[in-house]
Amino acid sequence: MLDSVEVTARVGEILIAHKGMEGSLLPILHAIQAEFGYVPQAALPIIAQDLNLSRAEVHGVMSFYHDFRENPAGKHVLKLCRAEACKSVGADRVATHAQKALGIEWHETTTDGKVTLEPVFCLGLCACAPAALVDGKLVGRVDEAKIDSIIGGLK
Amino acid sequence: MKIYLPLDSAAVALGADEIAAAIRAKSADVTLIRNGSRGMVWLEPMVEMETPAGRMAFGPMTVADVPALFGDLAAHPKALGLTEELPWMKAQTRLTFARVGVIDPLSLADYRAHGGLKGLERALGMGQPDMVTEVTNSGLRGRGGAGFPTGIKWKTVSEAQADRKYIVCNADEGDSATFADRMLMEGDPFTLIEGMAIAGLACGATKGFVYIRSEYPIAIEVMQKAVEIARAEGVLGAKVMGKGPAFDMEIRVGAGAYVCGEETSLLNSLEGKRGIVRAKPPLPALQGFMGKPTVVNNVISLASVPVIFEKGAEHYKNFGLGRSRGTIPLQIAGNVKFGGLYEIAFGLTLGEIVDKIGGGTASGRPVKAVQVGGPLGAYFPRSLFDTPFGYEEFAGKDGLIGHAGLTVFDDTADMLGMARFAMEFCAIESCGKCTPCRIGAVRGVETLDRLGRGDASALPILTDLCNTMKSGSLCALGGFTPYPVMSALTHFPDDFSTQKEAAE
Repeated sequence: MLDSVEVTARVGEILIAHKGMEGSLLPILHAIQAEFGYVPQAALPIIAQDLNLSRAEVHGVMSFYHDFRENPAGKHVLKLCRAEACKSVGADRVATHAQKALGIEWHETTTDGKVTLEPVFCLGLCACAPAALVDGKLVGRVDEAKIDSIIGGLK
Repeated sequence: MKIYLPLDSAAVALGADEIAAAIRAKSADVTLIRNGSRGMVWLEPMVEMETPAGRMAFGPMTVADVPALFGDLAAHPKALGLTEELPWMKAQTRLTFARVGVIDPLSLADYRAHGGLKGLERALGMGQPDMVTEVTNSGLRGRGGAGFPTGIKWKTVSEAQADRKYIVCNADEGDSATFADRMLMEGDPFTLIEGMAIAGLACGATKGFVYIRSEYPIAIEVMQKAVEIARAEGVLGAKVMGKGPAFDMEIRVGAGAYVCGEETSLLNSLEGKRGIVRAKPPLPALQGFMGKPTVVNNVISLASVPVIFEKGAEHYKNFGLGRSRGTIPLQIAGNVKFGGLYEIAFGLTLGEIVDKIGGGTASGRPVKAVQVGGPLGAYFPRSLFDTPFGYEEFAGKDGLIGHAGLTVFDDTADMLGMARFAMEFCAIESCGKCTPCRIGAVRGVETLDRLGRGDASALPILTDLCNTMKSGSLCALGGFTPYPVMSALTHFPDDFSTQKEAAE
């Protein structure tokens, strides 16, 4: 975890960079997550003060959106699409395989902290499904063998 | 030597970046243009080589196929012939997607050379009411799914009195089976910018936002670069094209909430709030972003505006059927042999789309169901394959065309499972504001589980629950979730009764 002095300083810089922007809270939260890998609790009161919101409001926004993390993710994040087009070509089977291979359920991280497994609802790769996102890299036509090679390739 | 290779997400997911690296490693003497996709996803990554006869296509490419691109092209094992002559391309009517896959997405010169900015030039010489009338006359309806006439929305905003007005582009394309917005933004971003600038002129708005979902990293990157280029080249800014009023744009990124594709929820999100749905009225056209009059249009609606202004409302209107005018980019997806994007006038039957264009399932098994319009759309059985593709025609069969995405399922699909998934999805993504959606979806999952266990007494409860959600929800998430559920139940009753019989 980061110390609060570091968080305060960096969040302050991010807030200055977003001054004057209409409806800036989402861009601010995105910038903070890009910086720290998650949104540290210590950042919320600083944002609230700056935007003249209550801490509860900022927490409400942050916790509403699936993208924002309260805690750091594993070293790698594997997202598998669960939506209909991917289901039509075996996404459920692939997801079960990935869960078994990693020994975790959705939203969990392997005990060695290496991989976090998350569901995603559509990556827009519906004509080359099932789809996955591995640390930001798009992968189409994922099957059990591809899952094994993806997981095997994560160091 | 000029080579085209898509930067499109689908091409990249199938290995386009690796092909690009192999081409660059093979020869430094190549102009490699990363373009949009032509929409033939089963052929991606598809490389195009410029030849005196036209652009020749090769696909689906692997890294091993790259060296042969530098030899006898006709003998290349993945040679497909001239791109424009491929049956998939020839049969289409590409108006909105005319430039996607053709031009360099980030070259404004290329964009101009292919008819870009002509619509905006024409709009600059027109008065606001004439611009609105042009859109109304084209018959363009909201391509995001609701099908509301775009011209009427613009008229309301145009006539509203306010110190500030906004154009908001809904690029939160969260529906499974839809990727037209993504392909357009990745392949021809200036078309969207031009459409938004025309909307700004017509409505007296000076600021535009594109709200893109975070699941589309490539689209976000391309749009951001395109806006910067358009600003630097004077298309956007204090004077549109150096002569008009001011219009500028900003790209905003969503944060993984499906419900933000609903326009009022999107506006709240854009304002930095939770993506909670707002009750209507007031309409966003009168009190939208920051309480000011706001046009909220889908990517494809706005991207269809330039061609309407370039070629005239009549030209656009002459395509289509009934009250569904113009063209629609069909997105054929799921378990399908030839999946991708196919732009055509309204009016083909569902069967023609799935069997002829899509070529049936990828698995080779019979088609069991087609979900039309994303997760909130109905499942259509083969017996309804004669339904013509149009807003009213699909509504008449208790379905919707939505954003024109089609997911094909083969006969292994478990429709009770799909109905349960629709409820589960609604429960996960509900914004929580209205009770029928927030609680109803959870009860829906439980009720379908009872049915799955063979408890037939759950059936009337499910029907009643769907009616409540349909008429009592604030927005389409809770209101339309009954479409997939009830259509699965109505058209595939066997999938709901086998478990019961087994239990008995």
